[in-house]
Amino acid sequence: MTVKIDGKGLFETKEQKPVKVGFELKKVRGIALGFIIPFILLVVWEVAVRFNWLDAYVFPAPTTILQKIIELAAEGTLWGHVGITFFRVFIGFLAGTVVAVVLGSIVGYFKWFEQLMDPLIQAFRSIPSLAWVPLFILWMGIGESSKVMLIAVGVFFPIYLNIVSGIQGVDRKLIEVGKIYHFTTFQIVRRIIFPAALPSFLVGLRSGVGLGWMFVVAAELMGASQGLGYLLVVGQNTYSPELIIASIILFALLGKATDSLLKALEARALKWQDNLQNQQ
Amino acid sequence: MLKVKQATRTFNDGLAGFQNISFSIEEGETVGVLGTSGCGKSTLLRVLSGLDQNFEGAIEIAGMGEQPIGMIFQEPRLMPWLTVKENILFGAKDAKKKQGVIQEYLNLVGLSDFGDYYPKDLSGGMAQRVAIARALIGEPDVLLLDEPFSALDAFTKMQLQDLLLEIQKKRLTTMVVVTHDIDEALYLCDRIFILGGQPGTLQVEMPIDVAKPRDRGNTFLASKKAEILDLLHIEKVVD
Repeated sequence: MTVKIDGKGLFETKEQKPVKVGFELKKVRGIALGFIIPFILLVVWEVAVRFNWLDAYVFPAPTTILQKIIELAAEGTLWGHVGITFFRVFIGFLAGTVVAVVLGSIVGYFKWFEQLMDPLIQAFRSIPSLAWVPLFILWMGIGESSKVMLIAVGVFFPIYLNIVSGIQGVDRKLIEVGKIYHFTTFQIVRRIIFPAALPSFLVGLRSGVGLGWMFVVAAELMGASQGLGYLLVVGQNTYSPELIIASIILFALLGKATDSLLKALEARALKWQDNLQNQQ
Repeated sequence: MLKVKQATRTFNDGLAGFQNISFSIEEGETVGVLGTSGCGKSTLLRVLSGLDQNFEGAIEIAGMGEQPIGMIFQEPRLMPWLTVKENILFGAKDAKKKQGVIQEYLNLVGLSDFGDYYPKDLSGGMAQRVAIARALIGEPDVLLLDEPFSALDAFTKMQLQDLLLEIQKKRLTTMVVVTHDIDEALYLCDRIFILGGQPGTLQVEMPIDVAKPRDRGNTFLASKKAEILDLLHIEKVVD
């Protein structure tokens, strides 16, 4: 008995349109659902302050905080603070990422280099990063370089660890396919190992940028004349909680924005992944 | 043409792998390698493909093609980040030049409209078709298949066996199929090698002189199957 190969009838895909529309609607509903509780909390908070259930000097109303932000923006100082903080995170993140990519790739690929370097790097990792602060200030002064350095150190570790484990986790079977085609080591790295390690790298980037925002606060608290962290200190010293909360909210917005950016990048770069998120 | 002289590759202190295997395969011939598990048939294929270089003996592949060896594994082994088209072109030396013939290969394996799909959207059988196209596009002199359809359901398996026969007829590719499916070997192969022992040695070379395509229910093939089962020391449970 022979079986006829008939590609057409067997692989017909179903019409996808109605599914798509339902998908969109679900997404919008999902987002709306996430806004309900924050909105209720804000209203309760505002009402509580207005009726003096909460002391406005300790817990300023959301509208007061919003006013403060608008005031800062109107004065024109807001952009300077946000800009310098963003700049520090960006440069630190970039530096940390570059070093992590270079070191992580070599450690991940060459066993002997891992044996050489990894114990040292792991030892450094166990130092709480904030412990570096006094040393960096001693070495580099209170200026930008010590701040950027601290952020870079914070960003380095999650990215490094994820790259190493990503590269080491690449399926040997895929590498064998490259070997069948007589790929050079460079080709194997570029065409198989890097793309296969990309998901793990992007996870590292996202946790790296999170840590970057964490460390910029520490860096700016330790001494700065501008930046959102500086506003926190000013708010504390001038007894203006609205300024502190305003800075916190700005931190949250910036952090969320950069994370969303990376998440969008991740979704774009990894649309080939067979996972729950890409399920239709 | 493929010639193997006194090839030996053993592991585990000589208990696994194969030993002293010599054979030669004609151009356009399809050879099946059968044997119980652990007799070194997959190792033989890894040695032939060049994935395993630690062997003794000599292997000669006479061919002029840009790529002497094509390999189809038990799993499709597609790069999940590449589309079907990109996967097919994965090993091509000159991907630009092959761009023109890619549709031809998609048609050949029955995936005409699936060029831009990612592997995650394919079924197991479709993915294996992509793997077949990927192995063929380099126009290899010898195509090695390592239990290529063993992970597929019976129906898909038969379809792909027919596809392979069709391709073989069109392009006269020399093929070596390692399988543990006796029916598959009888359906596809001009000659069947039976390996046995640990480490495995080539015990029997059995020519199957039946014109292709063959009838899967052919009585001659059934008698051959009984013969092979006997050689493999497997008791016949059903006839």
